[in-house]
Amino acid sequence: MGRFHPHLSFFRMQLIKGLQYRTAAWAGIFTQFFWGFMQIQLYRALYAAHQSTFPMALSGLVSYIWLRQAFLALLNTWSYEYELFDMILSGNVALELCRPVGLYGMWFARNAALRVSRAALRCGPILIISALLPAPWGLNPPASWGAFAAFLLSLILTLGVTCAMTLIVYFSCFYTLSSQGLRTVLDPVTEFLNGAIVPLPFMPAWLSSVLRYTPFGAMVNAPLRIYSGDIRGMELTETLLLQVFWLAALTGLGWLIQHRGLKRLCLQGG
Amino acid sequence: MIQVEHLTKSYRVSRRSGGLIKAVAALGKRDTERVVALDDLSFTVSDGEIVGYIGPNGAGKSTTIKILSGILTPDSGECLVDGRVPWRERKRHVARIGVVFGQRSQLWWDVPVIDSFDLLKDIYRVDASRYKKNLDELTGLLDLETLLRTPARQLSLGQRMRCEVAAALLHDPDLLFLDEPTIGLDAVSKLALRKFILERNRARGTTVLLTTHDMQDIEALATRVLLIGRGKLLLDGSFEDVRASLPGTGSLDEMAAALYRRYGV
Repeated sequence: MGRFHPHLSFFRMQLIKGLQYRTAAWAGIFTQFFWGFMQIQLYRALYAAHQSTFPMALSGLVSYIWLRQAFLALLNTWSYEYELFDMILSGNVALELCRPVGLYGMWFARNAALRVSRAALRCGPILIISALLPAPWGLNPPASWGAFAAFLLSLILTLGVTCAMTLIVYFSCFYTLSSQGLRTVLDPVTEFLNGAIVPLPFMPAWLSSVLRYTPFGAMVNAPLRIYSGDIRGMELTETLLLQVFWLAALTGLGWLIQHRGLKRLCLQGG
Repeated sequence: MIQVEHLTKSYRVSRRSGGLIKAVAALGKRDTERVVALDDLSFTVSDGEIVGYIGPNGAGKSTTIKILSGILTPDSGECLVDGRVPWRERKRHVARIGVVFGQRSQLWWDVPVIDSFDLLKDIYRVDASRYKKNLDELTGLLDLETLLRTPARQLSLGQRMRCEVAAALLHDPDLLFLDEPTIGLDAVSKLALRKFILERNRARGTTVLLTTHDMQDIEALATRVLLIGRGKLLLDGSFEDVRASLPGTGSLDEMAAALYRRYGV
């Protein structure tokens, strides 16, 4: 076996770990498929009733739903590794400091690896089955090759933004002793505002135009709408730039919280 | 070589009396007290020594280990480990040391031990041939053959501790910090672990700093004993010297208790 970069090695570890929980993977695939199908039925009913006021093309929306279901583990904000919370609270984080790598980078890689490995194990069946479904229900091809390339780029940026957000929650444990409160508030609010429950175009115009410029608009919303061409042209460039901006901003903030948290830990004792 | 000079470290601990009224009062203002963990501590350890670092609970042993492994920053004092200041050059420093905390695990719980080892290999950037050589050697000496394929959660404490020690040595550290490595182990596991540590020290000249409450560990391993209490160094000598200075005490535990009494800790 060759030598991996320390951060890349976490991907191998999380894949091994993910393969360990086969039942969870199959249950996840089933739930996500069922949920996607229900949502499409719901939107089809709305579409039939008010076709003219529907803010997205139905085909684009159907793709949005299937892609979200397929890449759920990559895109949701609530994919935590509970061991990491325990590690901070129990002081085991001290052992992490005995490694010749930075804590932030190591945990970022760990969380990204967790998401990618989970998604890799689950997306296949959902993508294949949904692509084979007949016209109104099936996953549609991307708007263009360009849109597809932009979708992939945006998906990677979303992974980064989402991980950076998750890390802020982990490192808040340095200050609060329990992240439960923060998670209870943050997770549902984020899921709503980033378009994971209802796509942003369906929200009141003033709200969706504000959200576009927040970190929420730089998450799941971006790649899934780029795929179907719902975001294109100048708006596409702007969206990608906003994603890069929020990735940098949230990573910086998370690193700072980590840095100050560790300092406190070092001053107070492990 | 470890040089510690005038090391001082204190913590803030919040304190209040019991009871609801005091608890309500603490909402506004919390009283904190400074607790001194290390108080002007100085010692030197030469290469290849096995030093037993003993003292009652709360004496400052773990704090010392944490400072030496770059996790904690002291309030004042100097510390050089092979020419490095641990907390200032943390990454470079920890690449050259191995640490085992008996009460904590560095293995991933749900996957076979070998997968945790493979990850450590990448984190410490150990090249493939050296890794294979070290792994084979450690597997033989610690009898890990079947354990490597078992998930860490299914190992007994003794088995897990052998894996933890191996995990700490995969990157050929010059220095090994063992914080209560034999805690909770049965007699067979303790003997195996002690034998391994001695062999490693003899074969490779690895310097070992060992904290423990088990005086038999000290008797079996330590060429030198450092006793600390209330953050101060109280005694520095060979195990035989300590033993001879306390005639008439029966078991090793009685000897340790007499030693603590003598220094009032």
